[in-house]
Amino acid sequence: MLGAFKLVFGALVVGFLLIPLMAILPLAFTDSVFLTYPMSGPSLRWMNTLAESDAWRRSIVNSLIIGTGATIVSTLVGTLAALGLRRDLVPFAGVLRSAFLLPMVVPAVVLGVGMQILYARMGLASSYTGVIIAHAVLCVPFVMINVSSSLAAIEPALERAAASLGASPRRVFTNVTLPLAMPGVLTGAVFAFATSLDEVVITLFVAGPNQTTLARQMFSSLRENISPAIAAAALIIMILTFVLIGVAKLIPMLKARKAAAEA
Amino acid sequence: MIRQRLNACLLVAPLVVFLGLFFIWPLWAMLVTSVQGGTVRETFPQTAIALADWDGAGEPPAAAGDAIVADLRLEVPTERFGDSVRTLNSQYPGFRTLLPRTARAVREAPAGEKVDLAGIDPRWTDRALWLVMKRAMPAYTDANLLAALDLRRDDAGAIAAVPPEMAVNRATMTRTFVISAQVTLLCIAIGLPFAMITASLTGWKRNLLLVAVLLPLWTSLLVRTASWMILLQDNGLINQALLGLGIIDRPLALIYNRAGVLIAMTHVLLPFMVLPIYASLLAIPKNLLPAAAALGARPWQSFLHVLLPLAMPGLLAGSLLVFMVALGYYITPALTGGAGDQMISSVIAFYAIGTANWGMAGALGLFLLIPTTALYLVYGRLSKPAGAA
Repeated sequence: MLGAFKLVFGALVVGFLLIPLMAILPLAFTDSVFLTYPMSGPSLRWMNTLAESDAWRRSIVNSLIIGTGATIVSTLVGTLAALGLRRDLVPFAGVLRSAFLLPMVVPAVVLGVGMQILYARMGLASSYTGVIIAHAVLCVPFVMINVSSSLAAIEPALERAAASLGASPRRVFTNVTLPLAMPGVLTGAVFAFATSLDEVVITLFVAGPNQTTLARQMFSSLRENISPAIAAAALIIMILTFVLIGVAKLIPMLKARKAAAEA
Repeated sequence: MIRQRLNACLLVAPLVVFLGLFFIWPLWAMLVTSVQGGTVRETFPQTAIALADWDGAGEPPAAAGDAIVADLRLEVPTERFGDSVRTLNSQYPGFRTLLPRTARAVREAPAGEKVDLAGIDPRWTDRALWLVMKRAMPAYTDANLLAALDLRRDDAGAIAAVPPEMAVNRATMTRTFVISAQVTLLCIAIGLPFAMITASLTGWKRNLLLVAVLLPLWTSLLVRTASWMILLQDNGLINQALLGLGIIDRPLALIYNRAGVLIAMTHVLLPFMVLPIYASLLAIPKNLLPAAAALGARPWQSFLHVLLPLAMPGLLAGSLLVFMVALGYYITPALTGGAGDQMISSVIAFYAIGTANWGMAGALGLFLLIPTTALYLVYGRLSKPAGAA
């Protein structure tokens, strides 16, 4: 009795969690003009729309530019800070550590209003720099979490061994610490890119019409003119995210396998 | 050692500066804007500075004339300009014609040339008019903060409620808390049993359930919300299935109402509930439940007296997290809710993007920021001892 309930409940929740991830994807290949089932037939017309329509194509290019910029900025400052905070040598390290996660907590709309006010004064409104910086702020926590956890997993004995064998602190860092932390940095970068790719709210506040990203374009189509182009865009976003996350998860596994083979 | 400390500080410094500039400062700017003196001040920033030192008794300072000319040359959103004109006109009838006329004359005059205000309109020599302008732009005001709570200052300066037909913010705030609480309860109702089932399974079955929780976390929020729109609409998959099975004979209204918001938000936030509960369940020693059973506890008794208390830290952390994140939601209610299901974020976005009224947006934002930050602090306190135990 309890076993049957467990099975049914578990299956229902798994369905509830997973069906909405997939329901939209087949519609990327519908040939109807409506974003609804049943599909009348397979076609690539909406994929073509994405590639050919000015608004969609520009938004994809913008997402790549802004995502890359935000990833570079956040990975750089986030990784440096994670390294600096590693051994509690900085005053208020604990406070800083929680403060660096705050961009994840503060409601996006609130930060958006503040950034809009500030950008108007700084002359950063409706500029690529402004959008990249805003996205980077949101990406920093993901970089911090991933890099810090990979740094925490490094066996201190390894670094001590390298130092006792005569390596200078710089060499210990470049030859031991950095390679071991690299998977965390990469995962952080991937999450940063995925965050930027999916970000809508802050973009609504700080981007001008020239910086419309794919996510923002999707959001305004969902509000104003729903078409299967949205499903095609969703497919692209999902493929991009999953390929990136797949890569980030694979790299440490491949490295481990290689290390095992060499040993 | 000192060198190492210095190096560590240098490494942290870029992020401190970066977040100080682009995270703390924006929030501070929002706070300041919300208590600054209203739209008139925003429309005439230089005039405000020029009039700041004038005591209102003697002649208005000569710089004020130049300042207002400079301010009128700026591009200002039409709504904000109109707002300022209305505010001023209510104190000194005549601004409604005076300001547009002056603005036109100033913009037609070649840049850099001195503009003779009195020549455009003799009313500019009236001291009373300048006094009205000065009073309409106080340096600091609680007007926005009060308005965010549906309050205002009456003519005598006492705090009073706004007329009921204009009082919408408190209702929106209440609704925001109610929706967040509903979503949290739904997440508990689904997440607690689901986490218990996951923890009780082993092997591929447990992995399947865990992947089902993690995959949505990695999927774009926008894609998930768009998907729910397809599932929930009148001719969506759910209604088609129910109609096909003959359970209903007309489509259920599942979207653009509260049901749509609750379904989509519960889906998005469920992983944040399941994962902490699951983590705290894993920490429970395996032999406790058999021990309880051996001592004669019925299954519901061992659930109530053994499992639930031990899962409590996870349940509490998950609930706080879900509630806190739900408070600030914008995208999902905007896309799946109706006009009566909009949360505080929508109102903030309306003021900031729709009407460029940053003072109001900032004041409402403050009332969203305070509970969120408070909950985060509680969450931080709560999750530390739980992790240590």
